Amino acid sequence: MEILISIVVFGLIAAGFGALLGYASVRFKVEGDPLVEQIDALLPQTQCGQCGYPGCKPYADAVANGEAINKCAPGGDDTIKKIADLMGVEVQPLDENHSVDNAPKVAFIIEEDCIGCTKCIQACPVDAITGAAKVMHTIIADECTGCDLCVDPCPVDCIEMIPIKQTPETWQWDLQSIDVVQID
Amino acid sequence: MDSVLERINKNQFWKFPGGINPPEQKFLTNDKPIKNLRLPEELILPLKQHIGNTGELLIKVGDKVLKGQALTRSENPMSVPIHAPTSGTISAIKNSVIAHPSGMAELCIFLIPDGEERWVKRNIVENFYSLSKKQIVEKISDSGIAGMGGAGFPTSIKVNTSPGLNFLIINAAECEPYITADDLLIREHSSAIINGIDILDHLLEPKAILIGIEDNKPEAIAALQAASKKNDKIKVCVLPTKYPTGGEKQLIQSLTGQEVPSGVIPRSLGIVVQNVATIFAISEAIINDIPLLRRVVTVTGQALSKPQNVWALLGTPIEHLVEQCGFNQTEKQRVIMGGPLMGFSLPNLQVPVVKTTNCILAPTNAEISPAMKELECIRCGQCADVCPSSLLPQELQWQAKAKEYDELEKLNLFDCIECGACAYVCPSQIPLVQYYRVAKAEIRHNRVQDFKAERAKLRFEARKVRLEKEKVAREEKHQKALAARRAAAKTSEGQANNSAIAAALARVKAKKAQTGDTAMPDATDNADVKSRAAQAIERAKAKKLAQQSSANEVNIADDSKSKAAAAIARAKAKKLAKDKVANADKDSSDPIKASANTKASAETSTAETKLSASDEKKAKIKAAAAKAKAKKLAKEQTQQTDTDNTVPVKASANTEADTETSAAETSVSASDQKKAKIKAAAAKAKAKKLAKEQAQQTDTDNTVPVKASANTEADTETSAAETSVSASDEKKAKIKAAAAKAKAKKLAEEQAQQTDTDNTVPVKASADAGAGAGAGAGAETSTAEIKLSASDEKKAKIKAAASKAKAKKLAKEQAQQADKDNSAPVKASADADADAETSTAETKLSASDEKKAKIAKAIAKAKANKSSAKSTSTSISDDDKKKKISAAISKAKAKKSSPSINQEESE
Repeated sequence: MEILISIVVFGLIAAGFGALLGYASVRFKVEGDPLVEQIDALLPQTQCGQCGYPGCKPYADAVANGEAINKCAPGGDDTIKKIADLMGVEVQPLDENHSVDNAPKVAFIIEEDCIGCTKCIQACPVDAITGAAKVMHTIIADECTGCDLCVDPCPVDCIEMIPIKQTPETWQWDLQSIDVVQID
Repeated sequence: MDSVLERINKNQFWKFPGGINPPEQKFLTNDKPIKNLRLPEELILPLKQHIGNTGELLIKVGDKVLKGQALTRSENPMSVPIHAPTSGTISAIKNSVIAHPSGMAELCIFLIPDGEERWVKRNIVENFYSLSKKQIVEKISDSGIAGMGGAGFPTSIKVNTSPGLNFLIINAAECEPYITADDLLIREHSSAIINGIDILDHLLEPKAILIGIEDNKPEAIAALQAASKKNDKIKVCVLPTKYPTGGEKQLIQSLTGQEVPSGVIPRSLGIVVQNVATIFAISEAIINDIPLLRRVVTVTGQALSKPQNVWALLGTPIEHLVEQCGFNQTEKQRVIMGGPLMGFSLPNLQVPVVKTTNCILAPTNAEISPAMKELECIRCGQCADVCPSSLLPQELQWQAKAKEYDELEKLNLFDCIECGACAYVCPSQIPLVQYYRVAKAEIRHNRVQDFKAERAKLRFEARKVRLEKEKVAREEKHQKALAARRAAAKTSEGQANNSAIAAALARVKAKKAQTGDTAMPDATDNADVKSRAAQAIERAKAKKLAQQSSANEVNIADDSKSKAAAAIARAKAKKLAKDKVANADKDSSDPIKASANTKASAETSTAETKLSASDEKKAKIKAAAAKAKAKKLAKEQTQQTDTDNTVPVKASANTEADTETSAAETSVSASDQKKAKIKAAAAKAKAKKLAKEQAQQTDTDNTVPVKASANTEADTETSAAETSVSASDEKKAKIKAAAAKAKAKKLAEEQAQQTDTDNTVPVKASADAGAGAGAGAGAETSTAEIKLSASDEKKAKIKAAASKAKAKKLAKEQAQQADKDNSAPVKASADADADAETSTAETKLSASDEKKAKIAKAIAKAKANKSSAKSTSTSISDDDKKKKISAAISKAKAKKSSPSINQEESE
């Protein structure tokens, strides 16, 4: 009799928890893969494709599925470190194939050379080039991610990547200090 | 609030945490009046001397400017103008090193003073209370006033607030150990400062005005107290000397006991803080209409022989200032802008004084030693003790070194006012403030980057959506077009089938008619014969079918009617053929009309001719031809008149477009003393082709030369021409020409003529197959059939068959002659050519007694032209590429041949 009671009691407990878990799995179901979103948030969103994927989101997707984390050249070591932290993997140096000068740049169209072919417009991943067929194009510098993708399609080589100049506002302090010592 | 005021009235103030008491060095300069300097040789005015945006330039190089003249302008509230500090000439506008720790260059206006000090027109207001608040704020903005305590925030924004403040706090604390600029300014211009306070009082209507001043400036305190007596809202609050009392948040906390929360501006607590130098500038601007042109600068340090406060025009190079204060340039001598705790070393001495420059410090090495080697943090905790913002400097330092920016933000790095107290007390000489500055700049940079990344992401996503939409739209379009094409193909196929059927039907009819004719051997002499020929058609790149229908109806007897049906083919479009034949009496006229229209890209042309000839009859024949995209038209007319009738027949066919065909044919029948003229004109693809024929018949021994020429053209087309002619006196003639197709062209034409017993019937048929295309086609066929029936119970049938595939060709002819006296030789020849092919169909028909029959042949050729001529025939050969030339040639030939025909006939 006691055995029966204990079986019943534990059976009820098991059923109760089972129902609870079942409910939770429905109620708190996670849509999609949150990891992809998190990785995507760490990527620089230049959409440059240097990683071999057509944009940052696809690369985030690939990383979530086991792709190497060191292929983001514009993000550089900082991004690799962040992704490594997120993924719980070892930090790797930037892939040699992808290591480029990742100083911030902005594309610039030499307007007198532009023939208005619209090829760069089609190449721009963020629609940062304005212009129309047979009309001079120009870059919306604020929207340019410096991804480089417009340079190759240009048939007249009128696009150049200009490093973004530092201004006093964007200047990074160096550690030159002015300290006061006690004089007494 | 009341308790706060009560406490203030009792001169009991609060304390802010931390703080230091560095050794006082104010004695170097606070005993001398503010000195007016001579004009420098050049003023360098950076466009940006404040926080915010630069304005746009109002002047250009070479302009003469007056003192107080605005040099920039902007609608942006975060921008204040700069003014010419003295009259002179703009010598340059270019990048120059500015007073910034980075030593970077920014756009500056270079002004060479002329020493005349000519003012722009000033509008001095006697009583500022007559100005509206808005006017005052505008004036403050137009005067270029920005916070002169160090931050450079545009003052107009700070004072442009709804009235009803709790406290207006005037910052006269001046806590940096060396600076005495405010001290001296108060001492010398206390009444102007009080006027400025009155202006702000009027503007902001605070409940209380607190002047915070440290107790190490007794003379200034006395001056303020004396000047502020008339306004009892003003309370001069003397605070104990402690660095950094002059910090905005620290001053607020000292005076009111309220701590400004992190990320909150004092205004939300009902407090506005203004520096005393700013107040003076406001007073000057409103009362004297003097924009911000100069400021008091403490030039101090033990490296100077004459440290003192000076009135420095904005833009004065530092070198000019320190020189006049006894500066001896030595190697490694640093010059610091700002106080010793918050200032920075200048990159060179050419940088100008700007609105926020309150101190130039040239210390000796004993005074301020160069940076020493940083040692490890010993966790002594002194930095935390002195931090006025109650932060944890050592924690911040570690996190800053580790670049743990998230952690730094959690530690409220942005509440750090960079006062330098922590670095000052650090026994390990750690430049803590610098670490914080680097970290702050990095975090700000990251924020900008994150913002940009977010935007880029949005734009990227938006672009993807857009491309996707465009793709879908394109596909839909393609689908539609495809469906349309399919539908069209279906219809055309159907129509092709239909037309094939129609052609078959027509053939059957023709046969029937023939049988009918044969069954009615006893036809009268004056029979009306009508013939109809239909022509077919080709198609462009696709395959097509040519069809023809011919109908022949013959009515024997005087009143006969003939009807002809035309078969029509169409490619995508419609085709129409109408024929009418009306035959009236003996003397009546028979107009025959046949029109065929073709449309569409693949078209067909049909030409039909009908001819009826009789005594005293008229025949009209019209053939309408088809066109490719355009229209084709063939018209024929036959007219016959009276006894001495003339029968001119004209057939013209026009072809057009790349893919069309034209067929033209004519049939003519003529009777006694009749003349027939036949013209066939053919046209062609982009060019036109024309073929004309003429036949004349004369007199008793009638000759009826008929010529038909058909031209085909284009890469892909075929033409078929059929003619049937029936001539009566119990005779019938039928001619059918079928033409071919596929990618090539083909043409068959035939004509048959028959006349009376005494008639001569020259028949000419020429077929041209055109050119390059014809050859290429894998499948092409041309059929030419000629049927001829000659009467007096005779029949003649001629068939010309056409060619196939690349090479084959067939021509068949048949001639039948029933009668005794009649002979009908029919000849058909077919030529095949290698690359291209040609088809020739010739028919000859000769009918007996004194008759001659001649049949002309058709020649077709690929790129070349071929022509064959027989005695009474002309051939017109057309080359695709030489259409015009060949047309001309053929015309000539036709002309030549017709006389020969006539000659023969006359024989």
